[in-house]
Amino acid sequence: MANSMVESRHPWKAWIYLSPALVLLLVFTVWPIINTVRMAFLVDYSGLKAVGGMTFKFGIGNFSKVLKYKKFIQCMKNTVIICFITVPVSTMLALLISVALNSIKGLQKFLQTVFFLPYVTNSIAIGMVFAAMFNIVGSFYGTENELIVTAGIINNVIEFFGGKPVNWINYGSTYAANITVMVIYIVWNALPFKILILLGGLQSVNKQYYDAAKVDGTSRRRIFTRITVPLLSPMIAYVVITGFIGGFKEYTSIVGIFGESMGPADNAGRLNTMVGFIYDSLASNNQGRASAAALILFGLILIVTLLQLYVSKKRVHY
Amino acid sequence: MKVELQNLTKVFPSRHVKGEEVVAVNNFTFTIPDGKLVGLLGPSGCGKSTTLYMICGLQKPSGGKIFFGEDDVTLLPPENRGVGLVFQNYALYPHMTVKQNIMFPLQNLKGADKLTKEQMLERAYECAKIVQIDELMDRKPSELSGGQQQRVAIARALVKMPRVLLLDEPLSNLDARLRLQTREEIKRIQKETNITTVFVTHDQEEAMSISDMIVVMKLGIIQQIGKPQDVYNSPANLFVAKFLGTPPINVFSGKIKDGKVIIGEEAVLDVPGVEDQEVHIGIRPEGFILKDDGPFSCKMENVEVMGRDVSVVATNPASQNPIIRAIIDADSPIDQEAETVRFAIKKNKIFLFNKETEERIYTGTEKGAKQKEVK
Repeated sequence: MANSMVESRHPWKAWIYLSPALVLLLVFTVWPIINTVRMAFLVDYSGLKAVGGMTFKFGIGNFSKVLKYKKFIQCMKNTVIICFITVPVSTMLALLISVALNSIKGLQKFLQTVFFLPYVTNSIAIGMVFAAMFNIVGSFYGTENELIVTAGIINNVIEFFGGKPVNWINYGSTYAANITVMVIYIVWNALPFKILILLGGLQSVNKQYYDAAKVDGTSRRRIFTRITVPLLSPMIAYVVITGFIGGFKEYTSIVGIFGESMGPADNAGRLNTMVGFIYDSLASNNQGRASAAALILFGLILIVTLLQLYVSKKRVHY
Repeated sequence: MKVELQNLTKVFPSRHVKGEEVVAVNNFTFTIPDGKLVGLLGPSGCGKSTTLYMICGLQKPSGGKIFFGEDDVTLLPPENRGVGLVFQNYALYPHMTVKQNIMFPLQNLKGADKLTKEQMLERAYECAKIVQIDELMDRKPSELSGGQQQRVAIARALVKMPRVLLLDEPLSNLDARLRLQTREEIKRIQKETNITTVFVTHDQEEAMSISDMIVVMKLGIIQQIGKPQDVYNSPANLFVAKFLGTPPINVFSGKIKDGKVIIGEEAVLDVPGVEDQEVHIGIRPEGFILKDDGPFSCKMENVEVMGRDVSVVATNPASQNPIIRAIIDADSPIDQEAETVRFAIKKNKIFLFNKETEERIYTGTEKGAKQKEVK
């Protein structure tokens, strides 16, 4: 850059202009990252003990402990399952809904607003509503004499169609039922943003491509797979990558449905996620363990994102 | 395949409840002869693109019928009409290579028409050869120049072997030099394939240079149909006269009195048999002859020498344009310092138009009188 076009006579001026942002970034972003790495490699590091004057050995003890920890493996499993189900499902649904929205004329603005509403609603609040829909008030496993106040809206619907009510989230519910509720809720919660992005992408696609396809007698399915999806591929890649990153950081949605116990009453912590594990470790003053878990999460997100970027190089048409 | 348009009309509803409807195409009746290249010509908003889209089937006519040969295609969707359309901005699928773009229409064929991969490739290469892009088959549209993209678009339209080829402003996205080259190219491709071709343009030079026939339109109504040179030589009304020709025709306010054309105070030409009336007088730039004792005098402004010919810029109080432009032979001696310049007028380059209707008044002696019946 020896002959860069713009060269100031006072390079220090630039640093002054940059300083407010730089100071904030250094204090709140750069230092925490460095500190996380430091704590992750100090075996059994704890903030309290450090204040007390204790010193810690350098090593990978935190990582090996975390990876042997059953609770952590469960958290990682939950996170990965939720990610790999919700992201593809919500992306497909969002794609179909946005294509449908784009093809209707009347009510489009109204429906757009309806679909976008969940985005501006607090996810804990939505979670509580969902919990209420799946919740069984009263005893599910009791005798006939015991009172079931309500089996929840979802079970009412299932019963209406002649199915058997399912214990979704209450005492004694199965892991599969719990995960199903989480998946439904997270997909629903993830839709608005994806629809917004994809609809925006669709509306900027030149209508003449569709006219050209029409003149060529292209079937609707082929128009969708050969024209719409490739032309939307940059947006699809974007929502998939951000979806995975968001999915790996899933936490509030579990709290929304199950509360802080992160699981049904008889099995607290069963649905905990990696971020939840990190919070718990911090709360119990295990900063070393939390940092190690955070770095593992970072590594996972990095690998998945790199994989996606590698795939999108071939599949995405900018 | 001849294309017959009968009383074709397109009305767009108003945006407002109380607003007026827009009649984009009004009672358009015209038969496009088989294997000809026809240009729809007119200023923007005259309904020429709407007409093209109706022939294509992307827009439904509000009234009238369209025939391809003997088949009534008015209600058929575009894919069943056998048309190829080249869009103004080409609409090439950006994510496909040239080859994939050209093969795309073939892959849509179903049932008995279905082709094997080899047949498709063969057809694609055949079309690519016609438009001379067979070297570029593996490129993406973004890696092509404007002219090459245009050829790909034409190849994509041709590959289905359409009965009618439609081109929407095919040259408007090209630079001047490429435009000249491409219009020859279109003419060549049309001749080679012998497919009935309709193209839309607002550029009269473009239309005149390659069309077998032009249709001049204004506000949805056909003004004149004919061979380019015939329309130029014998415009049916003032609009057509003004629209065709560069530099444009010179228009004067004048009158007919005692069988003479009078501009200002000067009788410039004898037109026996025409009634006395107020008229618009149009004189083509090449209709002036420099003559010291010519009947028509103008104030000399300047002289532009452009190699092949000389154009005299002058003014006259009766002129409706700010200046008069006369193109004369480069060999004519001209005194640039002179105050006034005098012209004689070539009889076949002067047109008279009714003051009110702006319709052409034919002078009887000219063969253009025949044109009136055709219209």
